[in-house]
Amino acid sequence: MTDLTALTIAEARDQLKSKAFSASELTDAYLTAIDAANPAFNAYIAVTHDKARAMAAASDEKLARGEGGALEGIPLGVKDLFATEGVHTQACSHILDGFKPRYESTVTANLWADGAVMLGKLNMDEFAMGSSNETSYYGPVINPWRAKGSNADLVPGGSSGGSAAAVSARLCAGATATDTGGSIRQPAAFTGTVGIKPTYGRVSRWGTVAFASSLDQAGPIARDVRDAAIMLKSMASVDAKDTTSVDMAVPDYEAAIGRSVKGMKIGIPKEYRVEGMPEEIEALWQKGIAWLRDAGAEIVDISLPHTKYALPAYYIVAPAEASSNLARYDGVRYGLRVPGKDIADMYENTRAAGFGREVKRRIMIGTYVLSAGYYDAYYLQAQKVRTLIKRDFEQAFANGIDVILTPATPSAAFGVADQDMAADPVKMYLNDIFTVTVNMAGLPGIAVPAGLDARGLPLGLQLIGRPFDEETLFQTAGVIEQAAGRFTPEKWW
Amino acid sequence: MTLIDTRTPDPKRLIPGATGDWEVIIGLEVHAQVTSNAKLFSGASTAFGAEPNANVSLVDAAMPGMLPVINEECVKQAIRTGLGLKAQINLKSVFDRKNYFYPDLPQGYQISQFKQPIVGEGIVTVSVGPDRKGEFEDIEVGVERLHLEQDAGKSIHDQNPTMSYVDLNRSGVALMEIVSKPDMRSSDEAKAYLTKLRTIVRYLGTCDGNMDEGSMRADVNVSVRKPGGEFGTRCEIKNVNSIRFVGQAIEYEARRQIGIIEDGGTIDQETRLFDPVKGETRSMRSKEEAHDYRYFPDPDLLPLEFDQAYVDDLAKDLPELPDDKKARLVESLGLSVYDASILVSEKAIADYFEKVAAGRDGKLAANWVINDLLGALNKAGKDIENAPLSPDQLGGVIDLIKEGTISGKIAKDLFEILWNEGGEPRQLVESRGMKQVTDTGAIEKAVDDVIAANPDKVAQAQAKPSMAGWFVGQVMKATGGKANPQAVNDLVKAKLGIE
Repeated sequence: MTDLTALTIAEARDQLKSKAFSASELTDAYLTAIDAANPAFNAYIAVTHDKARAMAAASDEKLARGEGGALEGIPLGVKDLFATEGVHTQACSHILDGFKPRYESTVTANLWADGAVMLGKLNMDEFAMGSSNETSYYGPVINPWRAKGSNADLVPGGSSGGSAAAVSARLCAGATATDTGGSIRQPAAFTGTVGIKPTYGRVSRWGTVAFASSLDQAGPIARDVRDAAIMLKSMASVDAKDTTSVDMAVPDYEAAIGRSVKGMKIGIPKEYRVEGMPEEIEALWQKGIAWLRDAGAEIVDISLPHTKYALPAYYIVAPAEASSNLARYDGVRYGLRVPGKDIADMYENTRAAGFGREVKRRIMIGTYVLSAGYYDAYYLQAQKVRTLIKRDFEQAFANGIDVILTPATPSAAFGVADQDMAADPVKMYLNDIFTVTVNMAGLPGIAVPAGLDARGLPLGLQLIGRPFDEETLFQTAGVIEQAAGRFTPEKWW
Repeated sequence: MTLIDTRTPDPKRLIPGATGDWEVIIGLEVHAQVTSNAKLFSGASTAFGAEPNANVSLVDAAMPGMLPVINEECVKQAIRTGLGLKAQINLKSVFDRKNYFYPDLPQGYQISQFKQPIVGEGIVTVSVGPDRKGEFEDIEVGVERLHLEQDAGKSIHDQNPTMSYVDLNRSGVALMEIVSKPDMRSSDEAKAYLTKLRTIVRYLGTCDGNMDEGSMRADVNVSVRKPGGEFGTRCEIKNVNSIRFVGQAIEYEARRQIGIIEDGGTIDQETRLFDPVKGETRSMRSKEEAHDYRYFPDPDLLPLEFDQAYVDDLAKDLPELPDDKKARLVESLGLSVYDASILVSEKAIADYFEKVAAGRDGKLAANWVINDLLGALNKAGKDIENAPLSPDQLGGVIDLIKEGTISGKIAKDLFEILWNEGGEPRQLVESRGMKQVTDTGAIEKAVDDVIAANPDKVAQAQAKPSMAGWFVGQVMKATGGKANPQAVNDLVKAKLGIE
């Protein structure tokens, strides 16, 4: 038998149906791979062997009866941000020590209802705050990709670094992830995987630990466009428990793949050509343009004039919401409690010990920008900028643009414990420069691998679509994938 | 908010100080618990008196990843209340987060409405009084706004020497904060306003108004000034939980502030607590120590929007409110304004009265409810909800009077029997022989007996006709009060030959 972990979700799904192998065999193959390779990557922070085997056995029974859902027997990894009943759920923070919820997030419940199997919980930046997966309480995740001729450890990006690394290293068939400013798309680009952040409201946020409520959206990281489409179809739903989720039918995203992009208008925003951007990124972008043009799409230069304000505005809105969302971690009801001489002292001790540096930094920024006397200058102003960014996109789409093409990140994966980034958090924040606009506008965005840089590291392109038009993104991403090919890391582990 | 003075200083409300008269300015922020089965943003029960932490959902406990979902019933109740306060209903309002840390606030923020409340300005007409002459005076108190917000849980500090306990049953229960304008000028006015507000929400069924269960509490803003002068610096007395305490807190606080100013001091803007045991207010925190709540729109909730038709539907089903009921009682039943005011003052009294008055003489019913029933309840220290007499029983008494079966005097006895022993009025009158004697033969015999036994008085009466009353009294006594007094009177006069 070939290595079962090499199969995509679509391939495994079809072969499970034809009984080429069982769900239990597939799950065991992944558990074996995880046990062998996870120490090298630190992608999983909890592996649920027993639960995985039990779920796989249940899938086998259904498959034997010719039943089963869209993801029957498909082994998935789950970002630690999603509540999973009775299983480690800590957003990779010390402050949620020992927390095992009595409830299941809507997203994961949807996946299990469709027959997917849970392999375990995946590492991430603490509370999804970071772009390198180095802020996790459980230590950094190592990217399966290495530069040619180098043994240096690279980051997988963040915050969904565990998800991206596990998918890339074939330690799961696909993974759930979340994206507040680029946390799906940037790690996908860094690991040669496909990641989509759907339209705000497409996926329920219920049971997903909140970072910035108006920006957070869950989505999949998968090995190819088709797998991402299959997963998103299962993850998406309207949810009475999340009033920001939207009641719209979830289309068959997979069916959009393979449709021609002939006549489609692709917008190329000039503002995404940023200062200091490596030649290779520009070249990659041009390659993407050429592929789509060759496929019959019309390339249109567009302007999104408020793009440059997006990152600063994002770093006001997101921390503001986070400072409030994270107030509940106070040592009173669950998680870590560090005693103190009185209640204020207990709060301070608990939060000082429980939160890492980056989380504290953002709580402080958020608290500051919401303070009396600063609210108007920062938070309110940032919300106005947000409206303008949204309007930029609306204008472009109103002018007939179907999809906007940009680079996904301003660089390839960088080294673990990069000194420059450690010294200047803003350098780290710049990783999100091409992705935050999409969250600010609530639009769908997909990162698709498009090539390797000179050092042999994957680079991604980003496609941005109209609200709730994920289908067009899958359709267009499929064309890029077709032209660019697929990228898998050379096995060194 | 700009403070607008809507009142003219009234000498009878001023407080005398060493340097002359002072005027007290009062505004109230009333927290009224919405009557609903479930909490504002969760499905947990709101029932009072449950075991600690029995009514707590994952949302109320602020578990990670939980999201609030608005309870439409609470929204309807807020709109109904707004309509009852004749206030502007805002078709779009926004929920904000008010951020602060406290163990009984699991989310670390309270979801409230800050800049855009569901209800805007309104008016409450308050009858202050009765004064010594038995007169009521109507004043108008402006409502600044009404907004929806979550209640916090309860911290319990007295059960363990080193630990505090937290009960989250109240956490997330819907409150309406009803903010008045600074339109009240005496503790009596403030008490009357709060009473009226309670009456309105009870009529509407939007809050049970039970202050002893914490369903209604008031933050009282008090400042003093020389009559007609600039508004003074105010102090806010937090969480006063009875109407009587509101009055006491205002009286104390006004005199405290007058004392400070007259001694050459200034008032510090601060938050104070009322101690009902000592009957005084004391400082809780100064303006400098005030929290920075960092209000911002709650990103988990979309703006609350509904259309005018939604409001109109709720308006259509609104019950009759106290002011309207009062007007109706005066107009269609011919009651005095005084009587009507008393009858509508509490929904339970009004309901009782309307049952008694149904199909009967309204004025007679009002007299019996006000003078006899309320008098007896007051004496016994009972609420109308616990009245020993049902409206049917009292109505039965009135029927017996009206049809001439019993006299007014016997009716009082019957009332007392019903109060103490219960029973069916008509049966009691039968079984205890309380029927009024209208048989002229029997009355005539009694009159003859009294005349025969008192020849000297007969002579006196014939000389002085006003003496006839003595004979009437004797006859009534002899008949055990059951004789028809008019018939006795007529017969006595005829027999004595006086006119």
